[in-house]
Amino acid sequence: MWRQYVKMLKTGLKTESLRKIERDLDIETLGVEVRRLVDKNFASSLAIRQVDAGSCNGCELEIHALNNVYYDVERFGVHFVASPRHADVLLVTGPVSRNMEAALRRTYEATPDPKWVIACGDCAMCGGEFGVSYASCGAVENVIPVDVKISGCPPSPAVLLRGILEALGKRRKKK
Amino acid sequence: MTAFSNFISTLEQQGIIRRSEITLTPAKVWQIEPKEWGNCARLARDAGWRWSAGWGEDLGDTLRINSLIEMSGDYLLLRAEVPSQAPELPSQTPYFLAADRSERHTRDMLGICFLEHPDERRWTRHQGWGEDEHPLRKVFPLPGNPPEQTPPDKDYPFVKAQGASVYEIPVGPVHAGIIEPGHFRFQAVGETVLNLEERLGYVHKGIEKLAEGRDPEGLARLAARISGDTTVGHAWAACLAMERATGIEIPERGAYLRAIMAERERIVNHLGDMGAICNDVGFAFAHYQFGRLREEWLRDNRNLFGHRLLMDLLVPGGVAMDLDPKAIDTLDTALNRLGRELDELLAILDRNTTLGDRLYTTGILTSKTATTLGCLGYVGRSSGQSFDVRREAPYPPYDQLKVKVPSEDLGDVGSRFWIRYKEIRVAMRLLRVLLGRLPAGATRADFPVPAEGAEGLGIVEGWRGEIVTYVRFGEDGHIDRFFPRDPSWLNWSALERIVLENIVPDFPVCNKSVNGSYSGVDL
Repeated sequence: MWRQYVKMLKTGLKTESLRKIERDLDIETLGVEVRRLVDKNFASSLAIRQVDAGSCNGCELEIHALNNVYYDVERFGVHFVASPRHADVLLVTGPVSRNMEAALRRTYEATPDPKWVIACGDCAMCGGEFGVSYASCGAVENVIPVDVKISGCPPSPAVLLRGILEALGKRRKKK
Repeated sequence: MTAFSNFISTLEQQGIIRRSEITLTPAKVWQIEPKEWGNCARLARDAGWRWSAGWGEDLGDTLRINSLIEMSGDYLLLRAEVPSQAPELPSQTPYFLAADRSERHTRDMLGICFLEHPDERRWTRHQGWGEDEHPLRKVFPLPGNPPEQTPPDKDYPFVKAQGASVYEIPVGPVHAGIIEPGHFRFQAVGETVLNLEERLGYVHKGIEKLAEGRDPEGLARLAARISGDTTVGHAWAACLAMERATGIEIPERGAYLRAIMAERERIVNHLGDMGAICNDVGFAFAHYQFGRLREEWLRDNRNLFGHRLLMDLLVPGGVAMDLDPKAIDTLDTALNRLGRELDELLAILDRNTTLGDRLYTTGILTSKTATTLGCLGYVGRSSGQSFDVRREAPYPPYDQLKVKVPSEDLGDVGSRFWIRYKEIRVAMRLLRVLLGRLPAGATRADFPVPAEGAEGLGIVEGWRGEIVTYVRFGEDGHIDRFFPRDPSWLNWSALERIVLENIVPDFPVCNKSVNGSYSGVDL
């Protein structure tokens, strides 16, 4: 146990300020509305249900990274939940495969109103490398309504964070 | 070689096979009489061969079925042709359990009937296309004829267990965590798992069909997205297959850079998995520590290679990036740092008895089962298998390196945890050598227009194990057939055995210890 505490102390605090994350990754300035929310330290909480509707797993890896110590997305009140029934936002990745179409529709229906859908990654935005075919419905908006789109293959955690903040901005407006 | 030649001469004497004029490096190609397809598998199994991959092709009037088998680094590609009108031949599954899902996939996609296959049920096909439609037939158009809304696949006949107190737990396709979709059907009594059945295919995106008509660079891009965590592995296998089809050799520096990226991919994924295994038994400290190390390596990937996951950096003919001498210093420093960090962390984990309590003796995969199923990579190697393409059938640059293959033999989650640590250490040693010996020169050769009918086989050791990729070119240098076989094809069925007699709450950690790719097998 002693070694564990030593390691913790030696590691120190790795979580980066949002400003540093943005500067490091040369992210465009966030919208004024979103900036205001950043300054207010996200008083509100956002529950996200992630749905892989056909992704290659690349986006999932980067969404996972949002929870690592560097990004620590929970400090902004953003957390991932296990059920669509607990969610404000569906974060959907991948082109929607035909075999996942019904599951995605049902997940959407199971999410209580008001709800927002983020199409995460190039495939979710426009079908990406896979497009529309006998096996794929292409973009998420071909199956359920989409509010925010995040581009990238896969989007880096910093880009994901910006997209989620954008959704948070819309959430405030919708109220 | 003796086992190889004995086996071949036995089959030749019996008139089961004849040698084909073509060689698909590293495999020798043999033509089999369709009616002897099953018989040949029986002989191969008895002679100790391992079933590695299987796929079908539409050649117009005939359909060609391929089976790749391996022993001591020798690969043998068995081929049989059946008429397109009534395509049937005996199944190899009764002799090689590993061929089970592959044959069901080929049946769904090409309409080939495997006689005496023990499982009549569909595998890749859900409700997106009809029973009598076969997407990989050339007459089937890419857009297909899908229904307005694809109905859920609710009538799949799962195996049922009956009896007092037996209950069923359906899980998925949408899981509780941030993972890929798939369905697991458990039968349990109390907390004990009686049976688990996997139902995958939810992320079937038609990759094999989409590949048809692509140019070489387009195929490399598609291959990079077969499984996002194995982007280097699959892109390498696809590029190697295309390069062998055209007979070009890539510059040495390009091969070294590919290996550097492949070993980095291995380390990054193993770090993530080790953290996730600890997380699944509630040990948050290790989860965050490994997550931190992984993130640091991903950032080096972005800064020095140009992409966090190293996507699209491997191209036909070489690599689309280069490292400057300063970058090599940075990578060396990162290696030293990781070594120190792992020393500290592993000392902590090794002494943690509660962690040991959860990982040891949980989810045992016996060596016998692993052999029968043909398990690969860390799953096989933690159950006494020692196969590693980098050592048994090396491709550049591994043909110039000595690759140590670690192993564990207890076959439990603990073994699959520690084997990852050992593999990280091996990869770190390889990285030191690769960075130290990195040859000067070009990183990429011109890729010629491939001849019609040129075919190639790419076999590489991805981080999950052996990846097999088959490529055949058609007109104007465009792809006519592409089949990537992710190691998960052979490791997924191990999970069904691993969880038996374990408690339901240990399923997540068992699953994570195998970490099969959904996208990689659904295609």
